[in-house]
Amino acid sequence: MRERDLIIVGGGPAGLSAAKVALESGCSVTLIERANDLGGQLVKQTHKFFGSKSEYAKTRGIDIATILIHDLEPYQDRLEILTNATVVAMYPDYVLSVYSGHDYIKFKANAIIIATGASEKFLVFENNDIPGIYGAGAIQTLMNQYGIMPGRDVVMVGSGNIGLIVSYQLIQAGVNVKAVLEAADHIGGYLVHASKLVRLGVPILTNTTVKRAHGTTKLEKVDTIQLDNHWKEIEGSEETIECDALCISVGLSPLHQLLSMAGVEMIYINELGGMIPKKDEDYETSMPHVYACGDVTGIEEASSAMVEGKIAGLMAAASLGKPHPEFDSRKEEYFHQLTNLRQGPCGIKIRKGLEQAGEMI
Amino acid sequence: MSDKDKIICRCEDVTLEELKDCFKAGYTTFEEIKRILRIGMGPCQGQTCANLIQREIAIYLKQPVESIPTQKTRPLTSGVILKDIAESHDE
Repeated sequence: MRERDLIIVGGGPAGLSAAKVALESGCSVTLIERANDLGGQLVKQTHKFFGSKSEYAKTRGIDIATILIHDLEPYQDRLEILTNATVVAMYPDYVLSVYSGHDYIKFKANAIIIATGASEKFLVFENNDIPGIYGAGAIQTLMNQYGIMPGRDVVMVGSGNIGLIVSYQLIQAGVNVKAVLEAADHIGGYLVHASKLVRLGVPILTNTTVKRAHGTTKLEKVDTIQLDNHWKEIEGSEETIECDALCISVGLSPLHQLLSMAGVEMIYINELGGMIPKKDEDYETSMPHVYACGDVTGIEEASSAMVEGKIAGLMAAASLGKPHPEFDSRKEEYFHQLTNLRQGPCGIKIRKGLEQAGEMI
Repeated sequence: MSDKDKIICRCEDVTLEELKDCFKAGYTTFEEIKRILRIGMGPCQGQTCANLIQREIAIYLKQPVESIPTQKTRPLTSGVILKDIAESHDE
């Protein structure tokens, strides 16, 4: 058993931000990341961020990852980083099982920050297992990380910011985006992203979803169908689009498993993507000294994940008897930033979800 | 309507038709159906199918999605070779 002060699970925007603040506070930190590299989803985000200056607005996602990793460098003496290491279990006695290569290692922590992020939601339709049907994350990984073209003619399902941004990136890579389908009656993401696509001639079809895929060894075409405002299929509204790739971008779902299995009190909130941990205003879960931040506490954007990470780092350090020298001013600053990021029409769903979870600030 | 061509749990290759057959046989909880069809027991441990199955159960029972429990989450979150656990020299 390896005993540690603070263990952070997940090296994405939330986990990296939490690590920085906890290190600044004087904690020793063990950061455990499943992938080969730190940065989480930021490393495949080639677009420039929106939001506020303090969360790197106008900087590309991949460059934000570099900054967040670089920020940890001054603390090498108190920082232990494990990559290619998956936390496969968390127990009520603060023991974490870590699987790395063929090593199965147990850690015990005084405090834990869970920043595991989210995974992609999938859709049920006929022949949804034909090769050529991808999640938006897989498309970004192929295209932006490995430089592999996922297809020549793509249909995108979902017009949230991820669907819109990935569609634009596909066009930049020379892929023909035939259409963006959206089951709701309005575009989900920012209009500035949607407008870029429409100007390039990509139709965004609202009240429309994918009905079935065709193809044997690979995707050849998809049938779409229109939906009424009660999500019922409208008979006779089917249309066929020829394509060799279908990209599914219909939202994310929190990676809650570690918290659930440890017995942390959970709540299902549709607006936040599914199962999330109940937490108090200090980001502590029902298990003392266990904190959660980022998408695992409800799907938002990387900007809010970074602020939540800072809050979790600040609070976890304080709970270990190492309050940050600027604890009070930092706390006020971070919560203020979070409120700002959630303002406006795009934050409605998040605010509604947080209200149901009993967390509205 | 061809539910046999709709994959609902891709790890265990379970179709919507098989799921609905379970409903008709009277099994309407994730935990029961898991023991019959192995839903949620593959590499992703239910991270992909849980939401989809929860929704199908909600539609079948005509109840709100949030009132439908999903699976009990247990260690481990992904596949681990037993030999590696046996050979770990921890403690």
